[in-house]
Amino acid sequence: MIEVQHLTKRYGRVTAVDDVTFRVERGEILGFLGPNGAGKTTTMRVITGYMPPTQGKVIVAGFDVFDQPIDAKRRTGYLPETPPLYPDMTVREYLTFVAKIKGVQSGDRFARVAEAMKKTAVADMAERQCAKLSKGYRQRVGLAQAIIHNPDVLVLDEPTAGLDPKQIIETRQLIKDLAGTHTIVLSTHILPEVSQTCQRVVIITKGKVVAVDTPDNLTHRLAGAETMYVQVDAADADATSAFQAVAGVTRVGLSDRHGPAVGYEVESARGHDIRRELAAAVVSKGWGLLELRPLRMSLEEIFLQVTTEEVPSRKPESAGSIEEAAQ
Amino acid sequence: MSNILAMAQKEVRAYFASPIAYVVIGLFSVLFGVFYYAILDWFVKQGMQMAMGMGPQSLNVNERMIRPLFQNATVLLLFVLPMITMRTYAEEKRSGAMELLLTSPITDIEILVGKFLGALTLYAAMLGVTLVYLVALFAFGTPEWKPIATAYLGLLLFGGCFIAVGMLVSSFTKNQIVAGMMTFVVFLLLWVIDWLASSATGLFGTSAGPVVEEVLNYLSITQHFDDFGKGIIDTKHVIFYVSFITFGLFLTARSVDSERWRG
Repeated sequence: MIEVQHLTKRYGRVTAVDDVTFRVERGEILGFLGPNGAGKTTTMRVITGYMPPTQGKVIVAGFDVFDQPIDAKRRTGYLPETPPLYPDMTVREYLTFVAKIKGVQSGDRFARVAEAMKKTAVADMAERQCAKLSKGYRQRVGLAQAIIHNPDVLVLDEPTAGLDPKQIIETRQLIKDLAGTHTIVLSTHILPEVSQTCQRVVIITKGKVVAVDTPDNLTHRLAGAETMYVQVDAADADATSAFQAVAGVTRVGLSDRHGPAVGYEVESARGHDIRRELAAAVVSKGWGLLELRPLRMSLEEIFLQVTTEEVPSRKPESAGSIEEAAQ
Repeated sequence: MSNILAMAQKEVRAYFASPIAYVVIGLFSVLFGVFYYAILDWFVKQGMQMAMGMGPQSLNVNERMIRPLFQNATVLLLFVLPMITMRTYAEEKRSGAMELLLTSPITDIEILVGKFLGALTLYAAMLGVTLVYLVALFAFGTPEWKPIATAYLGLLLFGGCFIAVGMLVSSFTKNQIVAGMMTFVVFLLLWVIDWLASSATGLFGTSAGPVVEEVLNYLSITQHFDDFGKGIIDTKHVIFYVSFITFGLFLTARSVDSERWRG
């Protein structure tokens, strides 16, 4: 549905996007991740036809964005970083205007505006001036604007920025509902959002794509080994050597100690599930097994790992908790 | 076409939803009224002197009253029109709405012409209000309507040139104040360009001087207005104004396009 081929964009001597290539299939949600200034917004602006590429091309729904801009734009909905509202217009006036310039037939306009307002839950503000809307409503009116002409492709630049937690959940649900009939590219800096909503992730840094994969694969692929966190109530016992005796274990480290409860990190080779053996070892020693769970690299760590040149030292004890806290 | 209309409609609505339209139309009619009163006063006094002095010859209200009134009104446009045009592109760029327009299935030309027609509509409404003053003249005298009609046509074309230039300047910046001030300066330069004509011979020597003088005189947008005030529609002047507007809009289109490339 979207094909980005060797896209390069230079501003004067600064290269914002450097030879980026990726595809988005019909009905897919693609997450676009990267630190500030990585070229996310520039890439999105080229996809939507806001600016032409310096090199390479973008094909949206079969139309080259540069050569056939009107056909491509008719099939694209775009929510920029700041929702492009007209402060003096009411929400309904604004959406009606957008429907007009997006080429919605006059007979369908009223229904399309009503449907977009319903989907984004802004109908109660229909007669309110855009200038007087709260941040959350602005964002949702921006989203309504993007879907008003029922485009095949939706490009959303940080769609949940500035929303409260309830609205974030609703917006994510809305985005998921829109996928299937629409192809969606969204950028975000909230990493759990990617693992929750996106089927595929493109990580971009300094204008270059550094990783393209599903969130699950990324988490697996970049982790070199499987790590288990084991907590036992054996303060004085030598659990380290006991765990090392378990077949398949490559490394054991002390993680934390809360009174009698002691936590260990036990590493094993990839694809080697040692949970059963670990549990058996604990039971055979007569200790109490308080906790046993796999530690995965969170997207935050993967993100840091692929976007910084020096690989940061891994801190597994925080890995699980960040992901949980963020959710 | 429907895109142009949608755009023009949006522009007009934006003018009237904000205080701009009311301030511009209101203040313009007040100033126009002051000019009107002063010239009318002068005209009546002249008329009385004529009646007391020599005989039957009456003063022509078109020549002596309406023509100078419109001549003076053009000066007002110098101040009022930058306020109409300064927001056209600067505001869209500042608010980010430019991203909506440029990613919609609508061409740059449609956006441009829509914006131009929107500003022209507000300007026409502003001129329309001044008709009230002229209707009063018909109630108490017998002016001819044809020179008045041509003068309005002239004013519309003359203002159209300023609007085109104003939009060009507005497309250069995100800041409305900068756009407004720059527009005013450009207007003023276009206004006084024929002042330089008289000194052209001194500057460019006797061989090139007369040519430069002629060119500068031709470029002066005020000189082309004269005939309209007299009731003459000369295609020469119409072509000058229309090509001026077209050129201004063309440059604006290029300016918007170049911004896309530069990012």
